[in-house]
Amino acid sequence: MSQTPIPESENVSRRDFLKVIWAGLGGAALLEVGGVFLAYLQPRLAEGEFGSIISVGAVDDFPPGSVTHITNGRFHLARLPDGGFLALYHRCTHLGCTVPWDQAEGRFVCPCHNSQFEVDGEVLNPPAPRPLDIFPITIENGQISVDTGRPVTRQHSDPSQVVYA
Amino acid sequence: MNETPSDNIIQRMRARLWPNGLPRDDRGRMRLVVNNLILHIHPAKVSMRAMRWTYTWGLGGLAAMLLVLLGSTGILLEINYTPSAPQAYLNILELRSNVWFGELIRNVHHWSANLLVVVTVLHLLRVFFTGAYRPPRETNWLIGVGMLLLVLGGNFTGYLLPWDQLAFWAITVGTSVLTYVPLIGDALGRLLLGGPEVSGATLLNFYSLHISFIPLAIFGLMSFHFWRIRKDGGLTNPRGVDETEKVKLERVTTIPHLVRRELVYALVWLAAILVWAMLVPAPLEGIANPDLSPNPAKAPWYFLGLQELLLHFHPLVGAIIIPAAFFIGLALLPFYDVAAENVGVYFRSHRGRSLTVLATGLSLVSTPLWVALDEFVLHWADWLPAWPSLVSNGLVPLAVVALGLILMDEWVKDSFKATVEERVLFLFTFLFVAIFILTIIGIFFRGPGMSLYWPWAMPVVSH
Repeated sequence: MSQTPIPESENVSRRDFLKVIWAGLGGAALLEVGGVFLAYLQPRLAEGEFGSIISVGAVDDFPPGSVTHITNGRFHLARLPDGGFLALYHRCTHLGCTVPWDQAEGRFVCPCHNSQFEVDGEVLNPPAPRPLDIFPITIENGQISVDTGRPVTRQHSDPSQVVYA
Repeated sequence: MNETPSDNIIQRMRARLWPNGLPRDDRGRMRLVVNNLILHIHPAKVSMRAMRWTYTWGLGGLAAMLLVLLGSTGILLEINYTPSAPQAYLNILELRSNVWFGELIRNVHHWSANLLVVVTVLHLLRVFFTGAYRPPRETNWLIGVGMLLLVLGGNFTGYLLPWDQLAFWAITVGTSVLTYVPLIGDALGRLLLGGPEVSGATLLNFYSLHISFIPLAIFGLMSFHFWRIRKDGGLTNPRGVDETEKVKLERVTTIPHLVRRELVYALVWLAAILVWAMLVPAPLEGIANPDLSPNPAKAPWYFLGLQELLLHFHPLVGAIIIPAAFFIGLALLPFYDVAAENVGVYFRSHRGRSLTVLATGLSLVSTPLWVALDEFVLHWADWLPAWPSLVSNGLVPLAVVALGLILMDEWVKDSFKATVEERVLFLFTFLFVAIFILTIIGIFFRGPGMSLYWPWAMPVVSH
């Protein structure tokens, strides 16, 4: 029976140990700096402007089957014929142009690349890859408010997204 | 009183700062080049042949001159500019109507920036077509590709600063492309824009990038670029197709032969830019209105080839995969095309020249043909309704185009017995001409709703 020598790599020398510690500390410092950097660059929000919760008005101000553009909220408030509400971000899901409501056509038509959307935001005509984004709506005591903090992306329009008074 | 000339303070300063005075002989001229901070980017002596101006066209030097011009006019513009909305736009109006030479400074800055994009690309083409990126010059090619990206970044960030409709929507369309980057796209977009869409925060972000990070990065890389030229043994020497490499080349002193040419060249270009800037004003539209997208909304002209791709492919393919593949391919070129011969020969060889002409011709015909086909005949999404649009409108057409390129490459390999370097030459030329054609179509043939029009039948657009 021959004796197998202990492989040298199992012996961690003091130098190698310190090397690993220094490399680890350096890496941690780099991550921290990166984290600070990213956190510092996060978007800043202003109260009462786009990005905050915006009061739109009373439910009865919006007749069923109407689309109203809320300028300071950057969205269209669509009231579907059945009385349900949707707050549709007016930014085209293709390349970010502002999509106006075309009353005559009864649809949203993007001027940039001719994407078209139904009143509930569903895509009628590409190149838009998905329906218009929506903002969460809250209705309390007949007053509508919309949280424009973060648009909700969706792959398809769905009745569960509609909010009723 | 013992007054000698050396006691005069002016003469003493001169003796300390410039001990040798103007050089009188070649030795002195060479020493001046070596000992001077700016001149020492040149060697003391240069090959007469490498200075042949139809070889380099002076493009690298012109790019450097434009950067100096952009830096100096940029500092002047900063003095009359506030990076906040809507004040920025009012500043530009003020600059045009109420500041001495304000309009001229802005025009010089604007046109120099646009010219810089063209010159940088032409410089890249020159280096490619003369094989000047081959070993040992790979590092410098990489630095060059990095600078091309920075030049585009500098142009793009500067594009937003006037805060007019043109700026606002070009940047909106241009940055929306980012949201298609898988996983991190949204976060990346929010970080760059300082929010979900272009706003005052974006203006401030872009301003900071435009006046500090990008100029500093370009200056650093440019110094690196110059240093590498010296390290890699200076410029490559031009050669005719059948000429063998000469061992002994005639060398002359940098002063006056090279420096004099550079100064004259810079002066001629400066004059041309000034005249152009006096005659052609930089565009300025109405103040940015986030509620009203113009029709059509186009990105800056140098990104219109990219925007044209977006009309034909799903955005992930058109805006991310294809451009990323292109730039990665560009960066890898010198590590793939490693043949050391033919450096300094325009288009490599006799067969290389024929293949370059062939690739240009083929691309000139097939690119517009493909655009028209895809616009009017091919409706991938309708034909493959069950598949997600990323596949039907992205990966499927991409595979078709890639197959076309592979078949073409096989054909060149078999029918022309082309070597690797000639096949690289063929494919690069084909793709570059394709980008050029797509850009031309984007600039001149796309009208309202991004539909195709003949340039002479373009409907008048109201903003």
